[in-house]
Amino acid sequence: MSALLKTVNLERTFGAVTAATDINVELNSGEVVGVIGSNGAGKTTFINMVTGYIQPSGGDILVRGQSIIGKSPRDVSLAGVGRSFQVPQLFQELTVLENMLIAFGFSVDRKLSFLKPLRSKEKVEKARAVLREYEIEQYAEEVVSTLPQGVRKLLDIAMAMLAEPGLMLLDEPTSGVAIEDKFLLMDTVMAAVRKSDAATMFVEHDMEVVLRYADRVLAFYDGRVLADGPTQTVLSDPKVQELVVGHHLDLGENESNTSKEPDHART
Amino acid sequence: MKTRSLALLSVLGLVVIVGGLLLPQWMSYLFTIAMGKGLVVLGLVLLMRAGLVSFGQGLYYCVGAYVAGMLTQFADVTDILVIMLASVAVSVAIAAIIGLLLCRYREIFFAMFSMAFSMILYGLLVRNQFLGSTDGFNVANPSLLGWTPGAEASSDLVLVVAVILVITLGTVAWRYLKSLSGYAGEAVRENEIRLEYLGGSVFRVVYVKYIIAAALAAIGGTITALVSGHVDPEMAYWTTSGEFVFIALMGGTAHVAAPLVAAVLFEALRTYAFAVAPYTWQMILGFALLAIIIFMPSGLWSLVERFQNKKAGKTS
Repeated sequence: MSALLKTVNLERTFGAVTAATDINVELNSGEVVGVIGSNGAGKTTFINMVTGYIQPSGGDILVRGQSIIGKSPRDVSLAGVGRSFQVPQLFQELTVLENMLIAFGFSVDRKLSFLKPLRSKEKVEKARAVLREYEIEQYAEEVVSTLPQGVRKLLDIAMAMLAEPGLMLLDEPTSGVAIEDKFLLMDTVMAAVRKSDAATMFVEHDMEVVLRYADRVLAFYDGRVLADGPTQTVLSDPKVQELVVGHHLDLGENESNTSKEPDHART
Repeated sequence: MKTRSLALLSVLGLVVIVGGLLLPQWMSYLFTIAMGKGLVVLGLVLLMRAGLVSFGQGLYYCVGAYVAGMLTQFADVTDILVIMLASVAVSVAIAAIIGLLLCRYREIFFAMFSMAFSMILYGLLVRNQFLGSTDGFNVANPSLLGWTPGAEASSDLVLVVAVILVITLGTVAWRYLKSLSGYAGEAVRENEIRLEYLGGSVFRVVYVKYIIAAALAAIGGTITALVSGHVDPEMAYWTTSGEFVFIALMGGTAHVAAPLVAAVLFEALRTYAFAVAPYTWQMILGFALLAIIIFMPSGLWSLVERFQNKKAGKTS
């Protein structure tokens, strides 16, 4: 059986700058992979290529054995690849509920209805149920631009997850979120992700988050994959600690973090 | 739609029709013209809600008017319903072709491209002697299902048809804006990338809106041609398209009734300005627009919203 995602010698250059090169990655259903690397290491370039946001300069990307090279973000999304963004991409001047209803219309119903009301009782109930799952139902009637970053991040992810993608890519899901809310946000997201059989890749700078949620880690350095393997193995690699993490990680001290218990549950 | 709402709309239509017929002829003429322009602006508002400002709706307004004129003058077709359908069909066909290119552009490029196509039609009509060049040509009086009213009653017929169309199409547009397709316009304006990643086709959303706007503009042009009894290339000139943008800004984009109310006010204001200052009436319109932009940037409809909010505040 072919891998859910397979990249072959993936490369991307911007003029004379090589942002990513020789990237060979395989990912299967149900895996949760943390993508780490310093700024400019090629993480977001990799995510952008896999989701059709930018096209690679060379190599191939296969989703369930089918190449997605040359496909638009829409086609990639329809092929079963969902994504959230570092800066949440939402309909800022609409309410949370309207955002969710639009997402429902395009991702679930997939019919561009012309006269049926978007805010039908049935659809509103379904949308609210999803908002409840992500613990943001209380913001349903708020305009998105007025909300804190954490809520926007959750909405961004919730909307992307509606289509039940086989592969979900989360670009820095906890960036801009208050330290005390990071684990709450990740707990909520991972609970939703683990309900489906989706493979998940998340770009992350916070090693505590990576340790707690990732089964496997891809460490990027200078546009290449420096290490790929089980979380503990990769993070204890001295090369990764020196070039990617930037300091010594005492994994023994953090062992309790790998229990995957929510932070608030442990305190 | 609820029976009560339908009944209310029917009564409103009846009142407007009776009121319109009781007006002096010059006023009912202006009112009919305003209805026609209101429909053009309604289409423009659909595009504006998707973040697109067209400076070329004059193209379809003119096409609708010329189709009406040509059918009555050269094909002896005077039935108002047949004329309407033909105008819409021709405009939609043109929009379907032009839209393939235009709907890939945004912001100033969309505005300028739309204006360019309108000016191409203007240029073609001005050079066409058969269609009366800059003078245009007259349009025969319309009939309805075999009934041919006299010269005076034909403008009443156009008024009645215009009011019925405005109410029907306004209601359909209102429902459309509440649907996924309607909201999709706002989604395009707010964030095209998110819409694409949700699996929506931004191009399709914009393309459909462009075609609907063209159809509405064609109906508006047909109404104008039939009530005025004349068409000329000025209808495709960029100042005509600019007038539609003016009315759209005046009314705002918050409600389907806004462009219709604004069109009536615009015609009234222009007539008044022209009567008061025949040589500087444009200045009065300019000041009016300036005042609206400064004090009511969301258009005249924001007054209604303010009133509604105040009322809601009092009751809560």
